[in-house]
Amino acid sequence: MTVPLTWYLIFATALFSIGFFAVLARRNAIAVLMGVELMLNAVNVNLVAFWRYLTPEDLSGQIFVVFVFAVAAAEAAVGLALMISIYRTRKTINVDEINELRL
Amino acid sequence: MVGQILFIIVAAITLLMALGTVVARNLFHAALFLVGVFFGIAVLFIMLEAEFLGAAQIIIYIGAIATLIVFAIMLSKNVMGKEAGAYNRQWYLAMGGVVFFFLLMGWLLIQMPFAQVSAEVPADAISQIGQGFVGHFVVPFEVASVLLLVALVGAIMLARERNS
Repeated sequence: MTVPLTWYLIFATALFSIGFFAVLARRNAIAVLMGVELMLNAVNVNLVAFWRYLTPEDLSGQIFVVFVFAVAAAEAAVGLALMISIYRTRKTINVDEINELRL
Repeated sequence: MVGQILFIIVAAITLLMALGTVVARNLFHAALFLVGVFFGIAVLFIMLEAEFLGAAQIIIYIGAIATLIVFAIMLSKNVMGKEAGAYNRQWYLAMGGVVFFFLLMGWLLIQMPFAQVSAEVPADAISQIGQGFVGHFVVPFEVASVLLLVALVGAIMLARERNS
């Protein structure tokens, strides 16, 4: 308990910012998905830190993190399947070139 | 004091790994850096006395999601020309916006007073999590399982060969 809560929150903010930059600036769609994973992990760190420092006797914070795990797994599976499907039809996964809502 | 030094070391390594994920030209290297980030976050969970989440983080993220990302990289290899660059044309705008976001959030967080309590984690925390899943949070738990099933079927549908 010697580490202040603010350190965890600033760490999570930095991680979220790095992931956000990957989502905004990377050209490869798989790198964009990696940025999304970084952002979800930053949110998990926030949830666990708030749980530990504000309401350690109520385990709802940890349970929410497990739900974020489930949603992140579903997002990664569907997102990567979409990338493979797009790569088969378009031969590219550059998000600058995937800008038409048709084949 | 030891905890603070440990936190600074783990946080610095994790942030450097995260920067490596974003900067690496080679996507496979980016995926390996991403595994390092997941591991660092698992260490932070254990430092926050959430041992169950630390173990789940390693099993789910490193064991499943990182493997999935590596598979996707392997199946779409050699699509990005090395000379084209890893970033799009608006990357400096994105950089400025992200740095502004970080400074704004950091400024707000430093000023924010949080009502911290010094209570201990209950000894039966893991069994309380399990009881929460079948008690108060049973409906979201079932919805999450249906979501995972739908994602499984959808991923198979999307990724299979069309004319085989």
